[in-house]
Amino acid sequence: MYGPYKTIDEANQAVIQKIVAGAPFLVDVVPAKSVVEQLNGRVLLHAGPPIQFEDMTGPMQGACVGACLFEGWAEDEEKAMTLLKQGEISFIPCHHVKAVGPMGGITSANMPVLVVENRTDSNRAYCTMNEGIGKVLRFGAYSDEVINRLKWMRDVLAPALSKALSLTDNGLNINVMIAKAITMGDEFHQRNIAASLVFLKEITPYILRTNLSEQDKSAVVEFLADTDQFFLNIAMATSKAVLDAARTIEYGTVVTAMSRNGQNFGIRISGMGDEWFTAPVNTPQGLFFTGYSQEMANPDIGDSAITEAFGIGGMAMVAAPGVTRFVGAGGFDDALATSNEMTEICIDRNPNFAIPTWNFQGTCLGIDARKVVETGITPVINTGIAHKEPGVGQIGAGTVRAPLACFEKALEAYAQKLGLI
Amino acid sequence: MLYSIIQENSYQDSVNLMLLTNKISAMEGVDQASIMMGTPANKEIFHNTGMYTDELESAGPNDMCIVIRTDHEEKVAEVLNTIEEELKNQAVSSSKQAFESVRTWDKALQALPNANLALISVPGQYAAEEADKALDHGLHAFIFSDNMDIQDELRLKQKARDKGLLVMGPDCGTGIISNIPIAFANVINEGNIGVVGASGTGIQEVTSLIDRLGGGISHAIGTGGRDLSDTIGAITMLSAIQGLEKHKATEVIVVISKPPAREVRDQVVQLLQHLSKPAVAIFVGEEPTAHEGNVYYASTLEETAMIAVDLSKDRVILMNYNMSNGKIPKVAFKPEQTSIKGLYSGGTLAYEAAVLLSKGLNLGQLIHDDGYLLRANGHEVIDLGDDKYTQGKPHPMIDPETRIQYIKQAAMDESTAIILLDIVLGYGSHDDMAGALLPVIESTRSEAMAKGKNLYFVAAVCGTAQDPQNYQEQKSKLEQAGVIVKDSNNRAVRTALAMMGIWLQDNNKTSLPVEGTKPAQFQVSEAITELLSSKPRVVNIGLKKFANTINSYGGQTVQYDWRPIAGGNERMRKILSLLK
Repeated sequence: MYGPYKTIDEANQAVIQKIVAGAPFLVDVVPAKSVVEQLNGRVLLHAGPPIQFEDMTGPMQGACVGACLFEGWAEDEEKAMTLLKQGEISFIPCHHVKAVGPMGGITSANMPVLVVENRTDSNRAYCTMNEGIGKVLRFGAYSDEVINRLKWMRDVLAPALSKALSLTDNGLNINVMIAKAITMGDEFHQRNIAASLVFLKEITPYILRTNLSEQDKSAVVEFLADTDQFFLNIAMATSKAVLDAARTIEYGTVVTAMSRNGQNFGIRISGMGDEWFTAPVNTPQGLFFTGYSQEMANPDIGDSAITEAFGIGGMAMVAAPGVTRFVGAGGFDDALATSNEMTEICIDRNPNFAIPTWNFQGTCLGIDARKVVETGITPVINTGIAHKEPGVGQIGAGTVRAPLACFEKALEAYAQKLGLI
Repeated sequence: MLYSIIQENSYQDSVNLMLLTNKISAMEGVDQASIMMGTPANKEIFHNTGMYTDELESAGPNDMCIVIRTDHEEKVAEVLNTIEEELKNQAVSSSKQAFESVRTWDKALQALPNANLALISVPGQYAAEEADKALDHGLHAFIFSDNMDIQDELRLKQKARDKGLLVMGPDCGTGIISNIPIAFANVINEGNIGVVGASGTGIQEVTSLIDRLGGGISHAIGTGGRDLSDTIGAITMLSAIQGLEKHKATEVIVVISKPPAREVRDQVVQLLQHLSKPAVAIFVGEEPTAHEGNVYYASTLEETAMIAVDLSKDRVILMNYNMSNGKIPKVAFKPEQTSIKGLYSGGTLAYEAAVLLSKGLNLGQLIHDDGYLLRANGHEVIDLGDDKYTQGKPHPMIDPETRIQYIKQAAMDESTAIILLDIVLGYGSHDDMAGALLPVIESTRSEAMAKGKNLYFVAAVCGTAQDPQNYQEQKSKLEQAGVIVKDSNNRAVRTALAMMGIWLQDNNKTSLPVEGTKPAQFQVSEAITELLSSKPRVVNIGLKKFANTINSYGGQTVQYDWRPIAGGNERMRKILSLLK
């Protein structure tokens, strides 16, 4: 009934063993279309479970406009909107092509993507690079500044990193970087500054050895040094690569993906393979930049919740007490309480990532959809908050909970698949 | 007009919310208030009480639903502030807790791997399931929850017996294990008397008196009120007595029960006859005329404590412990004032009062009708802790509201001469019950006075000097307000009778030798021996304040913040059980 496993618990153990065993390496940075065949055409990837353009919220629509401008499919915003509204661009969830994308998750053919290889299963996952903060495409901004930065990332940053990575022996071992940075106060969703620094430390010697111009080297290093969240996208691709391998065990109730498209929250569980179980998203609560408020917040959006599925981000809040205040969730005791609460819905702890502030216990490992439904405790997600209008961008950061209903639906479907109901 | 506010993800246990509801209902300008979690069952209650609004539709089991009926919209904000304040204060006090809070059995057992006792105070319909899990994990169960099906009780107790474990309860209000108060319990000196009781307030009264008489106890093991029924056959009591027999520090064993099924009683007595230790037994309502061998029979809870203390100190046992009626206050009644009204919070105390009054006043059989134990010739004894009065309301030991209503009602009855009360102290009980009842005592007395009548209040305070409320303080508070306070329920009832000119005497008891009752050897499980020989390590499932008490007395505890599985969603519950 459970394939090679005697019980659901046994199947779940197999899933989490795969997660622990995962060996993710950052191996390259390449144009998206070179690894995602479907992008050769007027196609965009988006965050979350499937959604059509007219149902997208502001930030995702804004990012679509930006992508049309970046790809040169339209000269201006108005023409881009016309294309999009006329249905001339088709959409695929990032998750369906081994990719993940932050916030809107909009990824187009010529955007460079990070390539993370999970050596245990030789599978790969992709994620666009972090553009920095403020007016950025992922939050729905598409001004010239945004498009010009994307072009520079395509023309200078990506080739530089690709060359640098090709000089490494075998790519960069990401588990090592995460393990180091978690002891330095990162949780890898809201706070990535330590990991970004570790990455900078690892990659810079190789960048210096490339044959790029001094000016480009200097610009690349400067960009990486300025981009505190650079590692977030590496963490996302990592989580995706590891969880995709775990997903090959097609039994059990461990959550293998969590993602949101601004309208619906979607989860996958091991036993149900590729199927999404969705429920309307909640709206994050948190702190806002001056001039913005809760009413302007876009509902929950982005593939970045893959980090929480992997056991980091909000699940590892205690590792980064600094962000608890930032996301408006109180002090250290609250961070501790949040992570402790999350252990109630997880099967085990990941020994690879010991958290000093948690008495060196590992990160949460394996969200069990059964425990979520049994206790009513839903995973907590640390997230940026986008303005609900297209083009404005990020207005704050906070936390949000996954809706319970997707876990209920997933269990119902799995029970049905097993012939129990 | 109904106003409803849903506070998402703000789970509170139902006792907190009932107390909060009372507080909000009492606010000026609020006609009615109801605060409950949004479980399907609670939504039903909102419907049935006419407090349902469409906003509740979307509320989930972890959402706190506040519904207020008021003509003043501006009250809503005030109510919300009050609620926020109350909950915040609670959060402040609970943030200092010295024990871990968990939400699942798995976590509980990780946090306290050597746990040996589960204290279960979840809603009755879920209690059996949690007790089952406790037994499966090898823990003894103390089930505070009531409303458990008797067949479930039987099944659990049989399972426990097979596993060498104890199931205390259901509806077990009190216990003291190795000096740790469990649930509603008094702070009693440590000593050599071991108590087993199928009666919560019976245990409280006897142990408090033992303490105040200078004795002490080793354990007080509650069995739940139905343990001595035909169906259950005293499974827990028999195991507990054997456990105490084997427990070295216990030198005297006390057994407390209301009149049990005949055969079950004989079984218990037979076991007592085969102990190596002297035993005192009270079956409240029986009028024993003789002690038998090493087993002493008491007529009242007070006498039980007195015999036990004398035995524990190797003193001679008297033939009669109810010789003196003490000082009787001078009274003056109007001719129409002919009746005594007993308004009790303790079930067994009420029962004892009913037995004594009925005997003194020649009223015949007791009744069991809507919480009434006695209702004849104007005389009444009501157990206000009966299910009838506690549905959707806290127990009268926690919340004085119901009793205040009944005092007012009794005072309006022309025939009422004396109102009898019990004030039960200890952990779990109201912080200041005397103080809470004084306003109504004073107002009804002065209203009577204005009509040229004397209304007398006679009260017994059940508790000890070390109780959080302090026995002496509660007593003085009542006395200063003119309440006649007696040291035991027995004395209080006899005093009330004496004030009506009735002198109730007990039989002198002879001592009969019993033949062929050599002490037997008993097999007591390791788990029970262990429970009685060390401080309990408790998984507290439900009411958090129980964990606080256990912790402050040096017991280890982990708090299991219980919520219904899948928020009470029956379909998901079923699916979860299939996906085990």
